[in-house]
Amino acid sequence: MAAAAELSLLEKSLGLSKGNKYSAQGERQIPVLQTNNGPSLTGLTTIAAHLVKQANKEYLLGSTAEEKAIVQQWLEYRVTQVDGHSSKNDIRTLLKDLNSYLEDKVYLTGYNFTLADILLYYGLHRFIANHDCFVYKKMRIVTGGPHVCL
Amino acid sequence: MRLFVSEGVPGCLPVLAAAGRARGRAEVLISTVGPEDCVVPFLTRPKVPVLQLDSGNYLFSTSAICRYFFLLSGWEQDDLTNQWLEWEATELQPALSAALYYLVVQGKKGEDVLGSVRRALTHIDHSLSRQNCPFLAGETESLADIVLWGALYPLLQDPAYLPEELSALHSWFQTLSTQEPCQRAAETVLKQQGVLALRPYLQKQPQPSPTEGRAVTNEPEEEELATLSEEEIAMAVTAWEKGLESLPPLRPQQNPVLPVAGERNVLITSALPYVNNVPHLGNIIGCVLSADVFARYSRLRQWNTLYLCGTDEYGTATETKALEEGLTPQEICDKYHIIHADIYRWFNISFDIFGRTTTPQQTKITQDIFQQLLKRGFVWQDTVEQLRCEHCARFLADRFVEGMCPFCGYEEARGDQCDKCGKLINAVELKKPQCKVCRSCPVVQSTQHLFLDLPKLEKRLEEWLGRTLPGSDWTPNAQFITRSWLRDGLKPRCITRDLKWGTPVPLEGFEDKVFYVWFDATIGYLSITANYTDQWERWWKNPEQVDLYQFMAKDNVPFHSLVFPCSALGAEDNYTLVSHLIATEYLNYEDGKFSKSRGVGVFGDMAQDTGIPADIWRFYLLYIRPEGQDSAFSWTDLLLKNNSELLNNLGNFINRAGMFVSKFFGGYVPEMVLTPDDQRLLAHVTLELQHYHQLLEKVRIRDALRSILTISRHGNQYIQVNEPWKRIKGSEADRQRAGTVTGLAVNIAALLSVMLQPYMPTVSATIQAQLQLPPPACSILLTNFLCTLPAGHQIGTVSPLFQKLENDQIESLRQRFGGGQLEETFDLKAKTSLKPAVVETVTTARPQQIQALMDEVTKQGNFVRELKAQKADKNEVAAEVAKLLDLKKQLAVAEGKPPEAPKGKKKK
Repeated sequence: MAAAAELSLLEKSLGLSKGNKYSAQGERQIPVLQTNNGPSLTGLTTIAAHLVKQANKEYLLGSTAEEKAIVQQWLEYRVTQVDGHSSKNDIRTLLKDLNSYLEDKVYLTGYNFTLADILLYYGLHRFIANHDCFVYKKMRIVTGGPHVCL
Repeated sequence: MRLFVSEGVPGCLPVLAAAGRARGRAEVLISTVGPEDCVVPFLTRPKVPVLQLDSGNYLFSTSAICRYFFLLSGWEQDDLTNQWLEWEATELQPALSAALYYLVVQGKKGEDVLGSVRRALTHIDHSLSRQNCPFLAGETESLADIVLWGALYPLLQDPAYLPEELSALHSWFQTLSTQEPCQRAAETVLKQQGVLALRPYLQKQPQPSPTEGRAVTNEPEEEELATLSEEEIAMAVTAWEKGLESLPPLRPQQNPVLPVAGERNVLITSALPYVNNVPHLGNIIGCVLSADVFARYSRLRQWNTLYLCGTDEYGTATETKALEEGLTPQEICDKYHIIHADIYRWFNISFDIFGRTTTPQQTKITQDIFQQLLKRGFVWQDTVEQLRCEHCARFLADRFVEGMCPFCGYEEARGDQCDKCGKLINAVELKKPQCKVCRSCPVVQSTQHLFLDLPKLEKRLEEWLGRTLPGSDWTPNAQFITRSWLRDGLKPRCITRDLKWGTPVPLEGFEDKVFYVWFDATIGYLSITANYTDQWERWWKNPEQVDLYQFMAKDNVPFHSLVFPCSALGAEDNYTLVSHLIATEYLNYEDGKFSKSRGVGVFGDMAQDTGIPADIWRFYLLYIRPEGQDSAFSWTDLLLKNNSELLNNLGNFINRAGMFVSKFFGGYVPEMVLTPDDQRLLAHVTLELQHYHQLLEKVRIRDALRSILTISRHGNQYIQVNEPWKRIKGSEADRQRAGTVTGLAVNIAALLSVMLQPYMPTVSATIQAQLQLPPPACSILLTNFLCTLPAGHQIGTVSPLFQKLENDQIESLRQRFGGGQLEETFDLKAKTSLKPAVVETVTTARPQQIQALMDEVTKQGNFVRELKAQKADKNEVAAEVAKLLDLKKQLAVAEGKPPEAPKGKKKK
């Protein structure tokens, strides 16, 4: 899924009606958002966090210092590890790690649904598209929460 | 909360610099761990730094840890900081890792290092100057500054990598670096060793891929699937169904192999290895192995192929070596020729001929080319001032004279170059020259030498290159080196030397001289062929029918692209000239260069003793072939590639495909009824096979290997999705489906065995034996994927192809073959301030280092005795004795003995 499409999807699920236009930068097609009141914003997680604030849903970025740091950690994980040019083998390791992290948790921060869950879900989605059953089974565990219908 | 950090891990810099922010709000305990420690229970790979929170949760991202410390201090998150941190993680880090790897692991310098980060550095500089603020996110120092400073510090603390023109970046960096928390963090992590402190950490990191390569290796999977047209699929299915019928008859094996009119005739040469050295892995991948892959590929294409190589045996180095070992030059050559031949046989190099240059044919052909050149006025005589040893009654070739370097005063400069300052020397300029054989002082005398008039031949050469280069597969480095020599203008070259061990010069007055090796070594290819067949001229004087591919490392390019072509063009005898010159870059060993004298690196003869099969060596060397840029051999990477690519990917797929046929279908290939999905897979495999052909036709050996692994990955995925092991227990339809999947999979395995043949010939033959692949299908590779194992075909016994390499096995090999850290060991030893644990590990030198030192002590001891016997100059003897004592001291230290008390116990 292209980053712009992903961000539009996020806008919808956040209840933002306006619909921003995104441009893409460089060979990795990094999304860029031109904001009304200031310089443009570059980068998927940066823009996503910005949209969350626009929608007055700051709780999606975490409530405590600990949660905020954890949310940002998994957002970074999404753009560096999940979006990295990973081999099949890396993907397995990644899913294994996520699976073992989530074993005793409902969401990435524990009990609260956050932006990290949304973007990680979007990011992992492309592995499902491969119809790889092994991967899919693991995915069920990762995305087992009620937000699957997002 | 507990913060886990490690010395020499770059991510610990910003974390330690930011930790102070949390002071007063939380208690931070700092624990030092090893860089490879797995602190976070849910992460497979080691990760440091890590912050364990009081809730039990872990922060394992450097930025997130810093962010947390800042959040505790009351700082609020903002878009601009988020943007900088995202940019740092996705853009800056990959660029920096590459730069640091090049600098620290590969020992590159200057633009080679800076090139990969320049864009990122410029971006920071521009942002700082545009917003006109001293810090990244405003007037005060904040999270973004600390995170970026920490990332950049290891590289930028060396002023050479902080470009002057980026003045805003410059002052930002200086401001932060002088702050106390940053200074202390740098002190803790880098231990005043600068960027070198990161070496152990960086060595464990995968080698960065070039930016253009990144897209090629992993991404295309989905995209290529999408681009298949109905037509392509239909064509792939038709080709598949024709099966074995479409294979042409096998070419009968000829002996000798000779060019055939109307066929593609491919003549392949590998640079002739110099006889007096045991080749190391870099030499092997540079020429013989690369050429072997192409030769094997060429035969699979049924091209008429002749692959030749041999040992280059004439020259000064052989004479010196002979003196050293107390043998005649001929005996030295005989001895080392066998060593070379054995090594290449072990590596399964498929030479049609492996000859040598010390043959009568060499003399005949070299002298003939020389006479032609002389007759046509391309050779002239000139008088040269040269050193002559009256005692030995001969003129001294460069390597036979030593003296004081005229530039730096180094005492033991060689006649052609000073080992200390590296400057090239004209032997007559040496101060206090000495004959290396008898140690007497030579005198300057004039003597006659012959020169090849390259300037006169330059025009012909340019014309030939103008015809040859366009559309050819010369590697870019070969073209570049050739062009730069031509740009500087060719100069006359002396082609004679005062030696006995060489091709005699057939001219009066030159009885004591021979041809210089660089004039006659490349003629070795011709003479080696002449020893193979008396019809050698059908290969070498037949440019219309023969395609000549020459393989070498880049240092050998000028002799093949300029010197030999000039000689051949000047001789006007219709010689076959190189059509495709394939030059590799250099292969480094772990962090440095291969070095025989320091015992660093893996040499051809030692590879056999590692217990790792030749095919695994071949695979790994070809996987990291320095194609387009230098690469490095790494034990860890070898283990990784063996276990992931060979064992888990390729081996796993081929073994499963075969096992299903044996277990579920009694060893007979089942009926296949292809669904649209299967047909798409067929087309997809065909596409990848064609890609493999395109790459190998362009001699992109390393890239083509990736195609094999990609097909096998598709195969694994296909089996995984279709689960034949479940369907076999199901309904009739399910069982039929299991049959189709198994049949298609085992046919992909058969295809892979043929594609693999140039790379891993033994493994390829093993697979073909296991699958009982019909003979023509084993030896021919078409551009289409055929059903070579039709329904009803009976396969043989299937067994696993690869073995797992274990960490401790690799670690002990790494220790055995050294890592170029001998000198450092002693440097560290001198620093008594280090923690006891560290000292423990460095004082006990590896056994192999001790052995190397022992050898040096013995050698130096013999040398001193020799000097004394020759009644050499007192001062000189004293100097050599001092060296000997120093070596003995080092040995004592390495063995853990107190230097003055040799009876002390050895440390275990």
